[in-house]
Amino acid sequence: MKKKLVIAVTALNAIDSPGPGVAVIRAIRECPDFEARIIGLSYEALEPGLYMHELVDKSYQIPYPSAGTDSLLARLEYIHAEEQLELIIPNFDAELFNFIKLRDKLHTMGIRTFLPDLVQFESRDKLKLFDFGKKHGFLVPRDRVLHEFRELKKMEEELEYPVVVKGKFYDAVIANSYDQVEKAFLKILAKWGLPIILQDFVKGTEINIAVLGDGKGKAISIIPMRKLYITDKGKAWAGITLDDDRLVALARQFIASTQWRGGCELEVMLTDDGKPFIMEVNPRFPAWIYLTAAAGQNQPASLVKMAMGEPVAPFTHYEVGKIFIRYSWDLITDIAEFQKISGNGEL
Amino acid sequence: MRIRKNIAVSEEGFLFNPTTGDSFSTNSTGALIIRLLKQDKTLPEIASELCDEYDADRLLVERDLEEFASLLKEYSVLD
Repeated sequence: MKKKLVIAVTALNAIDSPGPGVAVIRAIRECPDFEARIIGLSYEALEPGLYMHELVDKSYQIPYPSAGTDSLLARLEYIHAEEQLELIIPNFDAELFNFIKLRDKLHTMGIRTFLPDLVQFESRDKLKLFDFGKKHGFLVPRDRVLHEFRELKKMEEELEYPVVVKGKFYDAVIANSYDQVEKAFLKILAKWGLPIILQDFVKGTEINIAVLGDGKGKAISIIPMRKLYITDKGKAWAGITLDDDRLVALARQFIASTQWRGGCELEVMLTDDGKPFIMEVNPRFPAWIYLTAAAGQNQPASLVKMAMGEPVAPFTHYEVGKIFIRYSWDLITDIAEFQKISGNGEL
Repeated sequence: MRIRKNIAVSEEGFLFNPTTGDSFSTNSTGALIIRLLKQDKTLPEIASELCDEYDADRLLVERDLEEFASLLKEYSVLD
């Protein structure tokens, strides 16, 4: 496969709470087996990846997920006519539903994806995670999904602390009293809306696992990572690859029981007595995905190969003790560049 | 009491536990003790070696060694 593939990638917001796009592109660029023309797909004119011309060849703005599949498809048709896209790798939780819905249409146009199907995608949703765990035999903390503020009021007497208050898409707050629960509830409600999830607090070590499934029940790559430095938004600013058979077995079981296709991230809390609780399943590559390439299992490049129909054997080894440390960098650009993307929707 | 088999120790006494991702620094005496543990030596055997190496009182060495070992256990370096 030594040709120049045209690959579109989203989530170029390499900010303090970064999207995975730039890391995905970096990993793809490092694969010696194929060359790529990278098309960036952005929502905002100030996504840093837009201006990283050594990584991204051309960029286009696309409509927000809330605009629906029709306007996304129309925009992708235009971009496809310009660029002859061969593959799209979407990396935002909120956009995945639309891309999964459009999968068949995109395929008809000659654009491939490598995404979970809608059933797989929805089964790991935060709102259904507890049932998902019960069905597949995973440890998942008990939760209650609240659809209105009144439900919270009714629970005042029965709540046990600490408890984790979570938004539908993002945000999680550990609350130690009813007052704190209420405050967190209202804050998350204002930002992400309803429902809001109250999840039992599990004490332990926070581990994240980047996993790539082939869609037939086989895990192609599994890399467990422990956060070494966490920002005030709960994001990893540094992390290290681990050697723990329990975590690898958990991820393998997850892929086998869900037949997951594509990349995903398991957020796991490993208790002091060694029990791995699945706290969340993110249905796309994490922002730290470049670490998988650095540790010897290039997950984004493997996804590209599988999407293009090339068989990929499961990796058997990775480097333990590989560390990533994120850093900030003031990228300098010109108003003319900003004007192109914000005015014309292309750069 | 055995050292976990995958614990990595550098010459300078830097320990890395690849299962937990924890890392620690010890002084040269700590590094020596860990190297001896990796050779499957028992605590009494290690105490003897330390007494020879440092010409120290055996009771004192044993006490310090026990303390160090329980610290290693707390940090999951020892099983």
